[in-house]
Amino acid sequence: MDDDIQHRLDTIAPLIVDGSPHAVALGFRIDRLTPGKAAMSAPYSEALIGDPETGTLHGGVITALLDHVCGMAAFGGLGARDTPATLDLRIDYMRPAKPGQDIHAEAECLKSHGLVAFVRATAHDGDIADPVAIAQAAFMITRASKAAQERTMKAMRGEHPL
Amino acid sequence: MSRALLDTLMTAPYVARFGVRLEVKGTELTGVLPFDNDLVGNPLIPALHGGAVGAFLEIVASGSLLLSQPLQKLPKPIDVAIDYLRPARAQDVYARAIVARSGRRVANVRAEAWQGRTDAPVATLHGHFLITPESSDPAPVQR
Repeated sequence: MDDDIQHRLDTIAPLIVDGSPHAVALGFRIDRLTPGKAAMSAPYSEALIGDPETGTLHGGVITALLDHVCGMAAFGGLGARDTPATLDLRIDYMRPAKPGQDIHAEAECLKSHGLVAFVRATAHDGDIADPVAIAQAAFMITRASKAAQERTMKAMRGEHPL
Repeated sequence: MSRALLDTLMTAPYVARFGVRLEVKGTELTGVLPFDNDLVGNPLIPALHGGAVGAFLEIVASGSLLLSQPLQKLPKPIDVAIDYLRPARAQDVYARAIVARSGRRVANVRAEAWQGRTDAPVATLHGHFLITPESSDPAPVQR
């Protein structure tokens, strides 16, 4: 079962960043993807600074990274078939990220049943024991995400273009 | 109002990169996030990235705090809770924020984002921000 999910995750992995223009724009990288767990990073970039005085990355980069990595963990936790939509995302910003450091985020799907998944994630800039932010999120497979997934699968089987 | 800090907020590279604008009419502030393909999270729906919408709501919340009172520094988010109510489509997004309470250290803000209709919000944010009002006592020295 997990092998099947891992196989689907490996197949879709290249699309997780490249298939999302916003993730590409922020330079996200996928580090690990296993059923119910995901790790991604956002490289430090001067173009994404939020406070020019301190040079720290904008909180929005961390928000987007946490949303994306939580979504990936939820996707694997729900069986890696339909892309779930974020229902809610709660973030605690524990300290400013260090200027010049990349941000790493790790997410774990704590529970999934039916259409809903509960995920927790940590973002850090080198030491996971000293997090920059932590997040808790709920995801759900919606009609819109299911329809989009069906179009992708058909396109991947060559049945019709996207 | 903290005009200089509003400028700092809006000219930060990230904010300028995604073209966020704040339109101020009297004491009311409306944020505009013009549609850009770089904001798309899932091109198959197509829907804007939840992180982009969340970040936009945070910017509008900070802008509203700066508009409502003189601050010495940019507000720093302590925590935010974002509810995603509908997929944000490939269109401009608008947002307004309400400062629910603003104390000497912490402000509590609620913000709402919409696209076509104000009565059909795509996302809401509720957050706490660390603030430094101009009239406040200096922060206690950390030992």
